[in-house]
Amino acid sequence: MKHFAALFAALDGTTKTTAKLVALTNYFQTAAEQDRVWTIAILSGRRPKRSVTATELRLWAAEVAGIPDWLFEESYTVVGDLAETIAHLLPMPQLGLPDQSLTEWITALMGLNGKPADTRKAAIVGAWQSLAPEERFIFNKLITGGFRMGVSQGLMTKALARATDMDEAAIAHRMMGDWQPASTRFADLIAPDIAGSSSRPYPFALASALDGGPETLGDPANWIAEWKWDGIRGQLVTRPGAFALWSRGEDLITDRFPEFAGLADFLPPGTVIDGEVLAWDVAADKPQPFAALQTRINRKTVPKKLLVDAPARMLAYDLLEDAGIDLRTAPLAVRRARLAELIDGIDPKLGLGLSPQITVEDWPCLAAIRATAQMHRAEGLMLKRASSPYHTGRKRGDWWKWKLDPMTIDAVMIYAQAGHGRRANLYTDFTFAVRDGNELVPFTKAYSGLTDAEFAQITAWVRKNTLERFGPVRRVPPELVFELAFEGIQASPRHKSGIALRFPRMLRWRHDKGPNEIDTLDTLRAVLAASVV
Amino acid sequence: MARAPLLTFTDRGIFCPQGDFYIDPWRPVDRALITHGHSDHARYGHKAYLATHQALPVIRHRLGQINAGGIAYGEAREMNGVTVSFHPAGHVPGSAQIRVEYGGEVWVVSGDYKIEPDGLSEPFEPIACHTFISECTFGLPVFHWAPQAQIITDVATWWAANAAAGITSILGAYSFGKAQRLMAALPPLGPILTHGAVEATTAILRDQGYVLPETIRATAAITPKTHPGALIIAPPSALGSAWANRFGPTSEAFASGWMALRGIRRRRSLGTGFAISDHADWPGLNAAIRATGASRVFVTHGYTAPFRHWLEEQGYEAGIVATDYTGDDAATEPEAEA
Ligand SMILES: [Zn+2]
Ligand SMILES: [Zn+2]
Repeated sequence: MKHFAALFAALDGTTKTTAKLVALTNYFQTAAEQDRVWTIAILSGRRPKRSVTATELRLWAAEVAGIPDWLFEESYTVVGDLAETIAHLLPMPQLGLPDQSLTEWITALMGLNGKPADTRKAAIVGAWQSLAPEERFIFNKLITGGFRMGVSQGLMTKALARATDMDEAAIAHRMMGDWQPASTRFADLIAPDIAGSSSRPYPFALASALDGGPETLGDPANWIAEWKWDGIRGQLVTRPGAFALWSRGEDLITDRFPEFAGLADFLPPGTVIDGEVLAWDVAADKPQPFAALQTRINRKTVPKKLLVDAPARMLAYDLLEDAGIDLRTAPLAVRRARLAELIDGIDPKLGLGLSPQITVEDWPCLAAIRATAQMHRAEGLMLKRASSPYHTGRKRGDWWKWKLDPMTIDAVMIYAQAGHGRRANLYTDFTFAVRDGNELVPFTKAYSGLTDAEFAQITAWVRKNTLERFGPVRRVPPELVFELAFEGIQASPRHKSGIALRFPRMLRWRHDKGPNEIDTLDTLRAVLAASVV
Repeated sequence: MARAPLLTFTDRGIFCPQGDFYIDPWRPVDRALITHGHSDHARYGHKAYLATHQALPVIRHRLGQINAGGIAYGEAREMNGVTVSFHPAGHVPGSAQIRVEYGGEVWVVSGDYKIEPDGLSEPFEPIACHTFISECTFGLPVFHWAPQAQIITDVATWWAANAAAGITSILGAYSFGKAQRLMAALPPLGPILTHGAVEATTAILRDQGYVLPETIRATAAITPKTHPGALIIAPPSALGSAWANRFGPTSEAFASGWMALRGIRRRRSLGTGFAISDHADWPGLNAAIRATGASRVFVTHGYTAPFRHWLEEQGYEAGIVATDYTGDDAATEPEAEA
């Protein structure tokens, strides 16, 4: 594991992208082939199936370290990462044992699956005793997951392309989809596809947020507008012998949306469509709120009632492959035209429709249309340059999302909790309340939107003003007021406040406001009433 | 009849009613015994100061005109029947633990301390006592330091690699203690440049006779061209500043016990951190407490709540001394390691 540990140290030891790229490229040229495959898997968020639980790790580590469980938990709260906590707590290892490769360790871990607890414990404790401290951390991470090595998919792709002397876009495409690191050889992973045999999706093109108005974009005639839907972005892939629906997170979600199964027979082989999966309100012929779709996301099998209550429909944005030909470099206007033709020939009952194009006469007109987004159950507008290719990832300039301005509310902080990872030791996760008569009603949590300096300042305040501690959570006096922004609001009988927010975040710390100037529960109810259309 | 405690904990700091003096008080008092020159221990505004001869020059430099007297390590001094003496704490040059004895009862106030000799500070000496007041900045079992020699090798390797790549190395270190400890221990790989704050303390210590290598104050005239392959030692606040940027392509690192934690390293956007501390680690704290033979321990500075709980489980009578800057809180800000 020394080779991988050295790579990790190099990546972790710099904040400079160029240095990371050099370290990665070098690793992909020199590491053992199967280690390369596992490294790619780890960097793209895949990890071996968990054979040991976090609870087992905690207990065994506390036992080996000779400390009581409560002290383990205190330590974990401060370090903020289980794998790292354990690596720090263990006594020094036996030195001089032969090095085992990354693949060997992963294989050993996978072999523990389903074994009795004492076998697994002996193996894990044995590994701890033979690994150097920096390798232990990596070993633990292989179990717990969540390697954040500061390497984006784009950076990894670039390094692989350099190391193998291949085209970056081709590598990016290779890395997509559902390949299994345990059974994939490096040569096969980067080899070109045997034509049409795979259900592999393309890397998604992403839009940048348009701050301010679209006036800076030039002539409206060069732009195509459409609604920005609030669903699951997906790619529908039909190839000979393959039919797949992929989410943007590269999860295969075909089975979760059986509604689309019929499309396999009607879409021509060699068709890849980019679109939005939505829960459909059949009576109103428009999407249901995101909450309806959420009830389906985490289910592997879908009960009949859900299929009736929240039937899925896909609204297509783009056509990436047509008759087996990669269309991504063709102008958007051409791709859209072909997409419209294709969908025109498909029975609407099969669940696939075209996301309507909105005519852009001039910018003021478009602004007026955007203002009606909520009525259409959209989050705002997308603006795409008519001549744009389908980019790999986010390339600024051609695709913009022009969302509705967020709703905001002033609320007071009542609980604070320490963050994890980069923000361990800082209080960053807050619970907020609004006023209801003389009472304060908690209604949401938020943990982003402030600067590190502000979090540090609040952390000092929390420490001085703690009223009560419940594990990592502290109750504080209701004094600090924040303006919160959110993208949506829904009725929620599960919450004491009766409402639930979508994407709540802190817009700013209102030093100028006191706790008696915050908003009330009635304000929130009014926002809720206004948003139900 | 129960005797009044020899030391009490007041809102000004640790107070000896019988001897009528305070130890490291944080509000102005008449008579203050000071363990060492860090600003959270040596505060401004007391009528009279007492510290080791070795600690006084830095204290005077930081506080200006003060009424201060010096005392040798191990020298006994009577204060209204109370015997006080100062003993090496191994934290920074001149730092001391303060022993207080009255009627056969002995208390020791550790100040800040570290067990491992660093080659510069007077090495820590365990002092037998009945009651020990111990700092616990790093009082959790996740903190155990690698030997200094190993960390110095890491720093030297980093410096040499930067120099070979034509990059200036900037090492953040507290300007009194850590900075000098590092420059004294590092091999002579190139010029050592200093930020003004570091240079001032370094010059004072050098004048006192502490053996330190040659350093050059990094003035505006100094560039990577005039001093290629240099190591710049600067206070942590200078990292990432405009001051640091003018040295051309640079690699920045921070030398602090807090760098042991990856989350803290990442929060400071620092790739490189060297976990080297002037405070005792977990094994060090436990060993030091055991060595005093004390049956009662008060803890202060740092992870006081869990550390006290731990000591109670080990059979000690344990308490917490609250200080005005950390409250009764366990978690300590990285910036507060002094
Ligand atoms: Zn201190
Ligand atoms: Zn100190």
